[in-house]
Amino acid sequence: MRISPTRRTLLVGAAATLALPAYLRRAQAQGPVRVAAVHASPVENAWNSRIHLAMRAAADAGLITYDFSEGVSATDYPRAMRQFADAGAQLVWGEAYAVEREAREVAEDYPETAFLMGSSGGPQGDNFGVFGTRNHEAAYLAGMLAGAMSETGVFGSVGGYPIPEVNLLINAYRFGVLETKPDARFLNGFIGAWFDPARAKEAAIAQIDSGADVLFGERIGTADGAEERGVKAIGSLIDYTERYPGTVFANAIWHYDPTIAAIVADITAGNPVGRDYTEYSFMRHGGNAVIFSEDDVPAEAAAAMHARRAEIEAGDFEVPIDESEPA
Amino acid sequence: MTEALELLTTASLWASVLRIATPLIFGVLGALICERAGVLNLGIEGIMTMGAMVGWLTVYLGADLWTGLAMAAVAGAALGLLHALLTVPLGLSQHVSGLGITLFGSALAYYLYRLIVEVGQLPPTIARFPRLHIPVLSDLPFIGPVLFQQAAPTYLALAAVVGLAWVLARTPLGLALRMTGENPHAVEAQGLNPIALRIGAVMAGSALMALGGAFLTTVAFNSFFPEMVQGRGWICIALVVFASWRPGKALLGALLFAFFDAYQLRLQTVIDGVPYQLFLMAPYLLSILALVLVARRAEVPAALMAPWRRGER
Repeated sequence: MRISPTRRTLLVGAAATLALPAYLRRAQAQGPVRVAAVHASPVENAWNSRIHLAMRAAADAGLITYDFSEGVSATDYPRAMRQFADAGAQLVWGEAYAVEREAREVAEDYPETAFLMGSSGGPQGDNFGVFGTRNHEAAYLAGMLAGAMSETGVFGSVGGYPIPEVNLLINAYRFGVLETKPDARFLNGFIGAWFDPARAKEAAIAQIDSGADVLFGERIGTADGAEERGVKAIGSLIDYTERYPGTVFANAIWHYDPTIAAIVADITAGNPVGRDYTEYSFMRHGGNAVIFSEDDVPAEAAAAMHARRAEIEAGDFEVPIDESEPA
Repeated sequence: MTEALELLTTASLWASVLRIATPLIFGVLGALICERAGVLNLGIEGIMTMGAMVGWLTVYLGADLWTGLAMAAVAGAALGLLHALLTVPLGLSQHVSGLGITLFGSALAYYLYRLIVEVGQLPPTIARFPRLHIPVLSDLPFIGPVLFQQAAPTYLALAAVVGLAWVLARTPLGLALRMTGENPHAVEAQGLNPIALRIGAVMAGSALMALGGAFLTTVAFNSFFPEMVQGRGWICIALVVFASWRPGKALLGALLFAFFDAYQLRLQTVIDGVPYQLFLMAPYLLSILALVLVARRAEVPAALMAPWRRGER
């Protein structure tokens, strides 16, 4: 058979070929969204572990497929993002803090790929969404419990670096304490590292020596100091209760699942994702929660806390966000 | 201000100094042995990470704490052997090899950890070394909590200072070791083998470094994190210079650095209005200052970083 295309069939054929990628994308969009995450740290590090857990849960539920690489250094970060985008990921998740400019350049080069990045900056274009870490409402509620439990009236906290997300967390804890203990005194220490539990422990002991008897552990190691000296501690991001029974009585947990659900819904619906997804970490979306052991906490303090939590969830009370460095 | 001075009189501060100093003491002694024999060992950071992992893992897999320390030392010696083989018989650049060992050791530690250990939301734990309670001594006011309520490895570190000082100054082995770092030709003239001495010294030193790492996971904390050594190895490299390559001064340097660190952690709670970064910088700044003052008079081992080849003049 001899093929003799007319000009019209050629045009139709060319148009169909050009339209093929868009067509395929639509066909693929019916299945789970293909997500690839670029973790700058190992996935068992506290912050990343929350995201990793939520991603795996979403994958198990059939919402997404989940690929990831971890411990990716800043110099290698854009390369990893591009590799996943080239491999056909519909959503590249990551943390842009150390690579703000490079990450945004990659997003410009891949307009068809959605990006969701932990970032200190704002969203960009149609495909670069950002999110912040917000478990401050839970920290506030844990602070309310702490205020009722302290005997010395001195409250400590150990943080990594004074970046906004750490500061607002420690400040929220303090606002919570002040609600139940208006004359509270506060101590704070930064250890200048994300993972130096030995030093966090020494910082905790230093504060306990200065009279603190409830410590907010933004960093792991804080509760070790509290445990050694027999005072109480609050965990952040993850549930530390089992690891420090009798010491950690409350935890300000961060849930990343609502954020994933939100951006996956946007992608499936074809909406631009260049927006701020921070709100999905708020309590009204189920993005953070306080976990505590009823046995360790005075009943009336728990009741007051529950009442406040209901107000926060209903949107009747807003936990103040103060990003200034705690003294 | 008076509060800041009052801190100096608290036993808790000085107990903390000894705790913070212990990994540094191990590390600086290890670096010191290597350098006294003429080999700079920049693998220290990776060796400490490996020691932290192996010491922890051994206990996690069911062995007792002392076996954990022993295995950490073995792992350290193995990395030391690698560094020594590259730099002593082959005479390769000690800087390059050392940094390579640091990268390799850190990565290998994490790789093995990931391979063997199932990690959930929080890394698994072990039962760590308890603080000792020595009858009478531990109950002494002030001195008791500072000196006699530490965990056993701290005393091991202090004993290592005494032991190393004695070996270096008073034994034929120590003399041979020191001479290897000063004039390896003279060592050979004595019928000794400088290559074997250097390899042995680097292995022994690396074993000590690894114990410093293991302290972090078996005493100070009870889990392993890949980045937990946090530059302690580099501090040890600087402290060797501060110590003019002498064990006694090495102990002093480690204590001094630990003092600045323990003190700044407490000052952060007492003094308001000073950026915390200044406090965090303090131990490093003051160590550099001390280094400048002391190092001018330091007696550097003459053959440090000079590879020795048989028959070469």
